[in-house]
Amino acid sequence: MELLLLFISTVLINNFVLSRFLGICPFLGVSKRIEVAFSMGLAATFVMTLSAIATWLIQHYILMPFGMERFLQYGAFILVIASLVQFVEMFLKKTSPALYQSLGIFLPLITTNCAILGLALLSALNGYDLVTSTVFGFGAGIGFTLAISLMAGIRENMEFGDVPEPFKGIPITLITAAIMSMAFMGFSGLISM
Amino acid sequence: MNTILIAVISMGAIGVFFAGFLAFASKKFAIEEDPRIAKILEVLPGANCGGCGFPGCSNFAAAVVAGDVECNGCPVGTADVAAKVAEIMGKDGADISAEKLVAKVMCGGDSGKCENKYRYVGVEDCAAAARMAGGGPKGCQYGCMGFGSCVRVCPTDAITITDGGIAVVDKEKCIGCKKCVAACPKNIIKMVPYSKEVHVLCSSPEPGKIVNKTCKAGCIACKKCEKVCNFDAIHVENNLAAVDYDKCTECMECVKACPKKCIEGDLEKVAAAAV
Repeated sequence: MELLLLFISTVLINNFVLSRFLGICPFLGVSKRIEVAFSMGLAATFVMTLSAIATWLIQHYILMPFGMERFLQYGAFILVIASLVQFVEMFLKKTSPALYQSLGIFLPLITTNCAILGLALLSALNGYDLVTSTVFGFGAGIGFTLAISLMAGIRENMEFGDVPEPFKGIPITLITAAIMSMAFMGFSGLISM
Repeated sequence: MNTILIAVISMGAIGVFFAGFLAFASKKFAIEEDPRIAKILEVLPGANCGGCGFPGCSNFAAAVVAGDVECNGCPVGTADVAAKVAEIMGKDGADISAEKLVAKVMCGGDSGKCENKYRYVGVEDCAAAARMAGGGPKGCQYGCMGFGSCVRVCPTDAITITDGGIAVVDKEKCIGCKKCVAACPKNIIKMVPYSKEVHVLCSSPEPGKIVNKTCKAGCIACKKCEKVCNFDAIHVENNLAAVDYDKCTECMECVKACPKKCIEGDLEKVAAAAV
């Protein structure tokens, strides 16, 4: 039950993109078409879940026993995340070249995506156990997918809208993101933990 | 000291572990790439300028192998490069006759011919100025404003702003990367064949009456050029004359006939065109 609540709160209330403002780069960059945005979300979810597990293991079996978690955390976590992203990249290139093409530079950029590093650091900071940490990572990924897909849906429709000239492109996208973020504020109070 | 040692060893161990994992994965997920892609990439200029419409040379090479673009699709590479690419693709040189295209600013209305509507004191940038009322300070809203957005994107410094405040491309320096074409908010930079010298230096689709009021060197769609041309090479469409570069023989008849002198061409270099 606790885990379910954590999952829901990570997806909706503490959404990584819309209330923690992490992972904005792909959120704005790859949200032009729903299919691509959704795939980006899935790729990020995959990396997030795996890196949540891997970083937990490293944190608890390597960093903490030797008292190195204070200075080696960032380096070790980035190493893990970079390796996982490399793996996802190879996997996608083999299985779906079209998707690989459309994700473009944003796929390798998951490496430096603050949402993923933020996830690893937050889960270490909150002292989650392995299962909680995994659920937290998965929830964060799903939340990211939800936000980026919604954004892509709105942007697809906005293509047909009569946007004033100075607001076309990035400005209207940023305004949309702000309004979405405010809308997600409405979820706060859904669960009290 | 001990901590440093442990840190180095443990990070090294993690690194080695993931390296092994990735090495295994790269074997498992290896893709057989067409060897021609690497070969084409070698003969390309390798500047990754994006002039071909692809993000970089490697994407272009992949597209050539996939058959999406012709062998001469690289605008920067000379015929030499196109021939080499064609050779790798196993085609003969027959289909690589296309000429190098260079950028040309299709506006001749400098400050002496086309006066400004108002004084603009904002950012020195065409995109910014073009969003002002009436499409910028220039009298003609299709005219070059000369704030130099194209100059700044040009990788070879081929574009200069004349004293009259319009941009001019040096076709010797132009490599045809089309960056200026994309940068111009007025869309008045066009790609033209390198060897051709007769161009209509006006982009205004307005009727003659309005053009006459705003610019002394604008095309008024009088169709005189169309009538004097013996080669069916110049046509007025949308109130604007346009040269058909495939047919133009540079006989300069239209240049002589144009009452507004908006067709560029060197009268002294009249080609011995068979009339």
